[in-house]
Amino acid sequence: MVPAIELRKIDKSFGPVHANKAIDLAVAKGSIHGIVGENGAGKSTLMSILYGFYRADGGDIIVDGNKVEIEDSKTAISHGIGMVHQHFMLVDNFTVLENVILGAEGGSLLGEGVAKARAELKRLEEEYELKVDPDAVVGELPVGLQQRVEILKALFRGADILILDEPTGVLTPAEADHLFRILRVLRDEGKTVLLITHKLREIMAVTDTVSVMRQGAMVATRKTDETSMPELAELMVGRRVLLRVDKKPATPGRTALSVRGLTVRDSRGIDVVKNVGFDLREGEIVGIAGVSGNGQSQLLETLAGIRRAVSGTIEIDGHKVDPTTGTVDPAEMRRLGMGHVPEDRHRMGLVTKFYEYENAILGYHRDPAYGKGAMLDLGAIRETANGEIGKYDIRPPNCQLRTANFSGGNQQKIVLAREIERDPKVLLVGQPTRGVDIGAIEFIHRRIVEMRDAGKAILLVSVELDEIRGLADRVLVMFDGALVGERPPETDESELGLMMAGVNREAAE
Amino acid sequence: MSAGQLPRWVDYGLMPLLNLAAAFLVSGLVVLLIGENPLEAVEILIWGSLGWNEGIGFTLFYATNFIFTGLAVAVAFHASLFNIGGEGQAYVGGLGVAIACLALDRFVPWWVTLPFAVLGAAAAGAAWAFVPAVLQAKRGSHVVITTIMFNFIAASLMVYLLVNVMGKEGSMQPETRTFEAGGRLPLLQDVIPGLDFGTAPLNLSLIIALLASLAVWVLIWRTKLGYEIRTFGASPTAAVYAGISPVRITIITMMISGGLAGMMAINEIMGSQHRLLIEFVSGYGFVGIAVALMGRAHPVGILFASILFGMLYQGGAELAFEKPSITRDMIVVIQGLVILFAGALEHMFRPALIRIFSFARTPATEAA
Repeated sequence: MVPAIELRKIDKSFGPVHANKAIDLAVAKGSIHGIVGENGAGKSTLMSILYGFYRADGGDIIVDGNKVEIEDSKTAISHGIGMVHQHFMLVDNFTVLENVILGAEGGSLLGEGVAKARAELKRLEEEYELKVDPDAVVGELPVGLQQRVEILKALFRGADILILDEPTGVLTPAEADHLFRILRVLRDEGKTVLLITHKLREIMAVTDTVSVMRQGAMVATRKTDETSMPELAELMVGRRVLLRVDKKPATPGRTALSVRGLTVRDSRGIDVVKNVGFDLREGEIVGIAGVSGNGQSQLLETLAGIRRAVSGTIEIDGHKVDPTTGTVDPAEMRRLGMGHVPEDRHRMGLVTKFYEYENAILGYHRDPAYGKGAMLDLGAIRETANGEIGKYDIRPPNCQLRTANFSGGNQQKIVLAREIERDPKVLLVGQPTRGVDIGAIEFIHRRIVEMRDAGKAILLVSVELDEIRGLADRVLVMFDGALVGERPPETDESELGLMMAGVNREAAE
Repeated sequence: MSAGQLPRWVDYGLMPLLNLAAAFLVSGLVVLLIGENPLEAVEILIWGSLGWNEGIGFTLFYATNFIFTGLAVAVAFHASLFNIGGEGQAYVGGLGVAIACLALDRFVPWWVTLPFAVLGAAAAGAAWAFVPAVLQAKRGSHVVITTIMFNFIAASLMVYLLVNVMGKEGSMQPETRTFEAGGRLPLLQDVIPGLDFGTAPLNLSLIIALLASLAVWVLIWRTKLGYEIRTFGASPTAAVYAGISPVRITIITMMISGGLAGMMAINEIMGSQHRLLIEFVSGYGFVGIAVALMGRAHPVGILFASILFGMLYQGGAELAFEKPSITRDMIVVIQGLVILFAGALEHMFRPALIRIFSFARTPATEAA
């Protein structure tokens, strides 16, 4: 049978970076084909070439046995290739129907096209079990449904081949399951699905075939039922990887952080953190599980002194702090022993255009160790930076490089090193391995556990349930701004998933 | 990705030169268009500004103004604040200088007056930047809008003061009385033996400008405050994370910026005019924006850019004098082209240069 898509010797360089090295790939018609690889392995570049965002420097694209030139997304669609982006390309205040026909209105008057689109949507809905109200405003839909609108958009334009780029990053486990069901229906109806992800579990769950990319090259293609997660991980990284975190049971000591009745209101006047209270003890990792956008970010920021609360108290290491007044700021919280690895290292944890050594003191720059009085002591700062570079194996080992030139994993290590090495009493860690490759994930997880074993209290916020379950000694589940329950980390994933989705709250209590 | 980076000498050296070359090329076409020989025009411009002592003196005198206003804009740039109120801040800075000089000139020598004049200039300029700064920091009113408004307020205020309050008795001129010796900065040629700039008003302010450049370099790259300013400028969210107050940094940075702009008045008022008069700033504040852009907000770059604009002012005047068909307005056109290419089109050659230099680099750096 002719493959739906065949790539032959696709090559692409960006300046000195060779992003795709003579890639060969054949995707069978009517299959779900997964592509895995670390960040920067070249997956997104390859898909962008397929979808017409970039032109390949060399090689051929063959769709349905015919060699094609894909110049832009329009030609991609005309060849039946549709893309569901990681960040949805939807107009929030348009209805589903309006979004679907956007760019495919069919004539200068809307009426006729709209009627046809409505009928077509109905057909798609029945054929692929893609239920969405066509008159709902997209901005008011949950993300799972918004994603469905994206898929509908592609199908409406006649896509036979669907590319999904990291589709589950924003979904709850239940929503992800639903998405996979839809993908299977699409496959059974003869569509071809290309699934880009770095989550091996999803690959195992839904794909028929999987291809692995590493450093710009396609290193292997396997039938999914003939491979395993450890094998794929090894192929991705090029060496054996420990997927599970190795740790001894926790030996919690006295309470290091105590939060009571914390409520945080955002600029729209909505309570985003609702009456949250918990204790965090020395020598333990408490994980906060939740789908992103349920108040975890605001909780972390409030504890770090960045955001003001409307009520509640925080007690860190015996010091009572009133988070409702403007006197609490991040500098003050740091002085009291609060370390903070923020969720978004690009916007918050680092100044990417600074030199590495300048970021090594961000937030601690007033410390007399880095210069007397008003001055900065560059020698001392570089010495600190170099020490951390050595200890955390930050590569390239050069503190005089711009931070933007480090990979995601190494950038995260810069932040982690800075916060851990200041020896805080309590460490707040947000999404420590987001956008970090597997090799570095292992290292970062080990550091966090070592920190716990050294008697520090660690609060871990992550949207990766695997990470929470692997690292935390206790799991608090957050939904819609409130803590909805505490579970041991061994708890069944589906139970945690339901709690994260706010389902069955009473039964879960 | 390293692909977006250029070697420092290209970024700070080659690119401004290319921009300048492009500006002169287009200027040459304009000169050609009105029927003059561009090469001859360039010769007059360069000779007029650098070819004789008095010319050099005037060039450096103008450059002194540009150093102050350029530094002012640059400091604000580092906090991602666009202070286009240098014009008004310099104008009000003149008030600070004049008050110090009028109060002291009859009683003490110039070197006693000078610190008060510097302080007065900086304080008045800073005060004039303070209100827009507070409005930006606390109310989110954009400094671009408010500082430009404050230029007009400054102009009106100064007219009022010079006509109704500080004007000379029995004179229709909107200006103060002329300062005595105690309110006049000595010319550079009177202080340093062997120098001769003819009638050019080049004075000690140049030294103050050079010291200010050094101080700005230390402030931005060697102090904790400078670190905070740059952090805030590069990433306000990272600044908040680091415990840096946006309100505090916005206000302090704008006041430093305004103070530097105000210090321009030392050169004009205490160094050259020896009285406070109307509209003495005459655009130096605005050109400071181009100077800062062209100098890539770095004191060394600003020094070079200031000399270049000083040359354009002085050489341009010579050119207008020598070639009647090239009017004063023509010179403004050329200055405008330099500003256009060095400022607005600053990054025009960047993509091409990046392509050239990424090819030139060895493939050894290929570590994706």
